[in-house]
Amino acid sequence: MLTATDLACVRGDRRLFAGLGFTLESGGRLHVTGENGSGKTSLLRMLCGLSPAEAGEIRWQGETIANLGDAYRKAVLYLGHHNALKEELTALENLRTTAALAGVAVEALEGTDLLGRVGLAGREELPVRFLSQGQKRRVALSRLLWSPSPLWILDEPFVALDSAAVNWLADVVSQHLSRGGMAVLTSHQEVAITGGVAQTLRLTQ
Amino acid sequence: MSAIDAVVTPMPAATSPAALGTLGVLVAVVRRDLLLALRRKSEVLTSLFFFVIVVSLFPLGIGPEMALLRIIAPGVLWVAALLAAMLSLSRLFAADHADGTLEQMLLSPAPLGLLVTGKIISHWLVAGLPLVLIAPLLGLQYDLAPRALGVLVLSLLIGTPLLSLIGAIGAALTLGVRGGGVLLSLLTLPLYIPALIFGAGAVEADISGLGAAGHLSLLAALLALAGFFAPWATTAALRIALE
Amino acid sequence: MQNKIIHWFKYGSPQSFYPLAGKMLPWFVVLAVAFGLAGLWLGFFVAPTDAVQGEGYRIIFIHVPASWMSMFLYLIMAFWAGLGLALNTRLSSMMASAVAPTGALMAFISLWTGALWGKPMWGTWWVWDARLTSELILLFLYLGFMALQAAIDEPRRADKAGAILALVGVVNVPIIYFSVKWWNTLHQGASVSMSKSPSMAVTMLWGMLVMALCFWMYSIAVALVRVRAIILERERTTEWVKHAVE
Repeated sequence: MLTATDLACVRGDRRLFAGLGFTLESGGRLHVTGENGSGKTSLLRMLCGLSPAEAGEIRWQGETIANLGDAYRKAVLYLGHHNALKEELTALENLRTTAALAGVAVEALEGTDLLGRVGLAGREELPVRFLSQGQKRRVALSRLLWSPSPLWILDEPFVALDSAAVNWLADVVSQHLSRGGMAVLTSHQEVAITGGVAQTLRLTQ
Repeated sequence: MSAIDAVVTPMPAATSPAALGTLGVLVAVVRRDLLLALRRKSEVLTSLFFFVIVVSLFPLGIGPEMALLRIIAPGVLWVAALLAAMLSLSRLFAADHADGTLEQMLLSPAPLGLLVTGKIISHWLVAGLPLVLIAPLLGLQYDLAPRALGVLVLSLLIGTPLLSLIGAIGAALTLGVRGGGVLLSLLTLPLYIPALIFGAGAVEADISGLGAAGHLSLLAALLALAGFFAPWATTAALRIALE
Repeated sequence: MQNKIIHWFKYGSPQSFYPLAGKMLPWFVVLAVAFGLAGLWLGFFVAPTDAVQGEGYRIIFIHVPASWMSMFLYLIMAFWAGLGLALNTRLSSMMASAVAPTGALMAFISLWTGALWGKPMWGTWWVWDARLTSELILLFLYLGFMALQAAIDEPRRADKAGAILALVGVVNVPIIYFSVKWWNTLHQGASVSMSKSPSMAVTMLWGMLVMALCFWMYSIAVALVRVRAIILERERTTEWVKHAVE
């Protein structure tokens, strides 16, 4: 269970938001909406533990995420604007290294299979820089298939995806929620994710 | 392009991924960086060439008199190695920072200190070890005796990891900051001075017959100290840089 | 006791420290001037002419206190920076940033006066003895701290990064000093050394101590002025600053 209380965020001289709070239970999804620059990405990074909050606290299973440290990081999967891929490595190498850096061992065969599931069969051995934006995004999204983390924090995950991939991702998220996971996501597009208890958090200037 | 699976098959419990131990993660980081360096060979070679060029500049500036060159050799070789090591530092975290992989490292459940240590190890393998290997050749240009060459190699072998460790702190502090490269030099060079003194001093001590043992042990002690503290300071600096 | 603790933390915010600093400031200026006059009088009129070095040695009344202050201020700077990092307080970090330029100035004065002392004594404007060389490196450490803070736009990040640098520096200063001393003794050619000072007459010692107090009062006064300026700049979006500046 993820709870946020009284969160405030300051960027430079501007106060982006204050007094923000929510509770996210198992199987729940939180949609964060707001205009560009309203602090959506800042909030998500705060929930990851990357940025400290100006005020307020964030608790996971009752304990502050600052105290939990690595234990919290084990529970979180974050996909930001960057794909977090190394251009010189192949899609398969990227998948396996990303997993290894997160402490998860993915075998070559397993990795190939996962990449096949995101629609990159036959392209696993290509250096990522030869892939299109959409394809790179898919490699990044393959994380969702091997990660054991219950809390998914996704910043604009549908960007650069074609409609088939959008539906696929929506299904993956729904499956995750039905297995008891939770998700916090921002999205400019209206995407139908079924399943799970939905909440919306609107950030206004 | 093959179509994406219309029906998403969830991962069966049986194939839930195995966990990777501490050593496994460390090896994975080192392997990744070495693989990247292998595919971007030009970066590896530039600091090596810089080392060679700088060492060759001094006789051109001072004069080819062997007696003089023999005296300045330890200092010149060490300063050149130091500068070459420093040149490569800005690359330590910059690429990972730009493509978002550094951010993912900060979010990894594996201890960040471990990941940082892995990156420093591979940085040394790529930017420090080549300097150690080519130093004897350059030492011959300055007519160093064989035993002095041996001490030179040993001092650089102990010293270059020390330079990578200390430099990592500076690289993390100046990540993404304006004027990064020059600022990094300003911050790191004063901290390099003890390594320079003991490293070059070891070779000089050997030449003058006093024996390099004292200098080398102090250098090794600094390495041990840095090996303990530097990853810790670097992780703190990285977290601050990615706030 | 509970009241006293609350009292201290009350001054921990920039808003309450600003007027307090303003009130303390004149006192330190007065003390600095008083100690300065006393010290200079002791140094230039009371202390005897040195048998070996004549009148030229009198520059140590500036040189030595400046050296002491440069080292002392680095510790103070690292202390405030570390406190700001550990407790996440803005004011502590502001104090560290306020102290840094004065520390650098002291190091610079120490080097200049060292050179001015050296020239008539040993014929060269610079001598690579252990203390002067360490002083030079200390100046680089100060400049590095100031450059890093100047290069980072976001103030809190600048505070924290500077704190890490200052703490790393504090650990390194003894190591650097030791290694420079080692280097110097091994290469000992001429026995010129600032450490080998002439045997001190009591009045000379008093002169240096009083001048040290003068520099200390000066440093505090300047730090207070600077921290007030930093507070105004950093807190410029708050209501109380907008009122104060009107």
